[in-house]
Amino acid sequence: MIPNDIKITPELIESHGLKPDEYERILALIGREPTFTELGIFSAMWNEHCSYKSSKKWLKTLPTKGPRVIQGPGENAGVVDIGDDQVVVFKMESHNHPSYIEPYQGAATGVGGILRDVFTMGARPVAAMNALRFGAPDHPRTRHLVSGVVAGVGGYGNSFGVPTVGGEVEFHARYNGNCLVNAFAAGLAKADGIFLSKAEGVGLPVVYLGAKTGRDGVGGATMASAEFDDTIDEKRPTVQVGDPFTEKCLLEACLELMETGAVIAIQDMGAAGLTCSAVEMGAKGNLGIELDLDAVPVREERMSAYEMMLSESQERMLMVLRPELEGEAEAIFRKWGLDFAIVGKTTDTLRFIVKHQGDIVADLPIKELGDEAPEYDRPFIEPEKRATLSPADVPEPQDYAAALKALVGSPNGASRRWVYEQYDTLIQGNSAATPGGDAGVIRVEGTRKGLAFTVDVTPRYCEADPFEGGKQAVAEVWRNLTAVGAEPLAATDNLNFGNPERPEIMGQFVGCIKGIGEACRELDFPIVSGNVSLYNETHGEAILPTPAIGGVGLLPDVTVRAGAAFVRENDCIVLIGGHGTHLGATQYLADVLGREDGAPPPVDLACEKRNGTLVRQFIGAQRVSAVHDISSGGLAVALAEMAMAGNIGATVEIDGPAHAALFGEDQGRYILTAAEDQLDALLEDAIDQGIEARMIGRTGGTELTVAGVLTISVEELRTAHEGWFPHYMASAD
Amino acid sequence: MKTAVIVFPGSNRDRDMFRALELVTGSRPQSIWHADATLPDVDLVVVPGGFSYGDYLRSGAIAARSPILKDLVAKAAQGVTVLGVCNGFQILTEAGLLPGALMRNAGLNFVCKEVLLETVTDATRFSLKFEKGQVWRCPVAHHDGNYFADADTLKALEDNGQVVFRYANGTNPNGSINDIAGIMNGAGNVLGMMPHPENLVEPLHGGTDGRLLFESLLSKAA
Repeated sequence: MIPNDIKITPELIESHGLKPDEYERILALIGREPTFTELGIFSAMWNEHCSYKSSKKWLKTLPTKGPRVIQGPGENAGVVDIGDDQVVVFKMESHNHPSYIEPYQGAATGVGGILRDVFTMGARPVAAMNALRFGAPDHPRTRHLVSGVVAGVGGYGNSFGVPTVGGEVEFHARYNGNCLVNAFAAGLAKADGIFLSKAEGVGLPVVYLGAKTGRDGVGGATMASAEFDDTIDEKRPTVQVGDPFTEKCLLEACLELMETGAVIAIQDMGAAGLTCSAVEMGAKGNLGIELDLDAVPVREERMSAYEMMLSESQERMLMVLRPELEGEAEAIFRKWGLDFAIVGKTTDTLRFIVKHQGDIVADLPIKELGDEAPEYDRPFIEPEKRATLSPADVPEPQDYAAALKALVGSPNGASRRWVYEQYDTLIQGNSAATPGGDAGVIRVEGTRKGLAFTVDVTPRYCEADPFEGGKQAVAEVWRNLTAVGAEPLAATDNLNFGNPERPEIMGQFVGCIKGIGEACRELDFPIVSGNVSLYNETHGEAILPTPAIGGVGLLPDVTVRAGAAFVRENDCIVLIGGHGTHLGATQYLADVLGREDGAPPPVDLACEKRNGTLVRQFIGAQRVSAVHDISSGGLAVALAEMAMAGNIGATVEIDGPAHAALFGEDQGRYILTAAEDQLDALLEDAIDQGIEARMIGRTGGTELTVAGVLTISVEELRTAHEGWFPHYMASAD
Repeated sequence: MKTAVIVFPGSNRDRDMFRALELVTGSRPQSIWHADATLPDVDLVVVPGGFSYGDYLRSGAIAARSPILKDLVAKAAQGVTVLGVCNGFQILTEAGLLPGALMRNAGLNFVCKEVLLETVTDATRFSLKFEKGQVWRCPVAHHDGNYFADADTLKALEDNGQVVFRYANGTNPNGSINDIAGIMNGAGNVLGMMPHPENLVEPLHGGTDGRLLFESLLSKAA
């Protein structure tokens, strides 16, 4: 029996986020009362954030395989083949709770964590994105959060040296008490140069690398698995502090070390730090791990075993190394000014043993710690289906030009330039398309290939109908990649929801997952990595269901792609997919009429695939001059964006009810432009494949005109579009 | 032309600079680690962009005291061409190779965007391929690019033709005094600039305006 200095009381158990039945399970598993350190270890491994105990059952239903998938979920990041013995490694992860408590550091370490996930696999990060959601602009905390989160994302990514190529920023009152910070990173590696966390071999050194361990972030993962209340300011010490400089050095040192062949297994210390990384390495490799905490480099004195095991200090790695190459490995880390310490060894006992100052402070079965976390089949209620609104149910605007101007200048429709100009979008010199378009594009260095990246979800659709909303999120990502000409390869998901113990929230989660799964299957677009963030609620009010999807696409030739900007006067404007009819849950409804009712637009996945495949063929054959998908705000907003980006106007004709045609958000649609001599063949090819395509007008002039409905100058649109964000951020609270 | 790029811990536009130099000169620059004592015999030494040592102190302050800087100062005194871009410019001012200082941007935020530069003089080895007064596109990406010098220093810079590049047409992104984007030393062999010409050198970047700077150096060395 291990002596216990601190009495394990029901209050202590509860403060570790463990339910009474979960504690009973611990007692049954180890046959005695756990030590304080052991209680902390269980709390770290069994919280929602690390164990996926509420979501696992449903995550298993997602398609994760495909001909190009080399590594699906379960490792630090997904791995997908891009030909020529190269792979792209990517993942998206949330840092919501820390960012609400301490926006700069919360967001910065969110970026740091996802970059580390990628280079832990042996890949050099080449692109980053982020999906940010904040409360209503007039909420007193929002401006402070936007300012801090954007500075934090930039502060870390810019210093580390990865281009931010895309992202999302949205506002909604349902995020007032709980902002969302979802960070995506992608890296490139050789197909035979991928490193995994599974330890192999008995008696080998377990090596600690990177920054020293401090008291920051102790209990962070447990904090992230609870709802917020009025005590959040007390939780500030659970937020970690980022050091992008150390991370950059760690990247270079790790990649250099991997080249030497010394690395057998590697795991970054993310959530639940040393505990989670050591247990994962051992449990995956069917090995025990013995740690000696006296060897752990620390930056604070008198740290307890409990604190060391639960610290989430950043920029740290754990590795199992080949003993004969230990010296070489150490020299590399010293060169980069990083700590290098042998803190333990692998064993054949399948026990996780932690020693501190001569005492054994934890002795636990390693497999059970990792694999036998509680798993819940939580009850759920499917939300009631909303009625579909017909255009007749929705009033027309009195002034169409004013409505369009309002949409492109609204908090959710306005340009994000204020945000992305704080991110280094050009570093590494491979950026081909930077933020502001449908997808960011980078060149794969040393080749002609390009990679396209986008992140998307429409939470108001998910709220209105989780299943259709889940489908739509995937479809829109797939469409964004298609719109630049890329072949969609695979996706990562970042599932942000409220408290899963409430059946209606669990119903949203289940509905969205089912929708995502269906869309991924139909579009051959597997999910290769991801992250679940639950308990995003404050005072019992949950966020909108927000399953953010990050997608990666491949361009065989990075120079053969499309952008959204009109490129010249007198091009023909072609609408693929027909005129809009659907106004339920649209941006027009929300931003112009102040309503959020109605069913969201349904997604016809077969049509989505057919239309997208055609558009991609057109781009690949260089038959079109510009392409933009139609999403929030409908045809009118899409045309306005193309006009503003190219500084060229357009004149189009529509039919049907004008508000539905212009602002309807029917799915699977694109706007193309093409030279006059291309038009007939394009339309014929579309018709041959049963795709609705029609010429609706021409580019040219300085105004956007919809015949008989509206005329507005591109300059006036731009003033509204570019004005909102800087004006908002500059105004006083 | 033989070139070398100094790499500090935290340098992160070193790879961009390697590629741009290789593209223009046709040969791979040498990579010089900050802890080395001496620079090789080359025509051009570049101090690249990034966040050397994290720039947690004043930007460039620690790098200016790293071992290789001694030799850089010595080589500069011998007339070797030195180009500092972004963090490199900050390091050169901290090392005393160029006058003035780079303060936090006037807008307080990091800024990454394309600006317009005016080549104030074509009578330098860094700008001889430009036309005097030529306005060209160039990206910036920095947090501390707000150039400042006292009135006497500024007057001397202007009077001696040491201001080589200026932000043009109202595109000054950081509040730099006199719209200064790049300056050189009195001897004309050391230039520091905040914008990144290395990020606009091939069609993929959307333009090749930045090449003229490297081609100027190449033609001088030839």
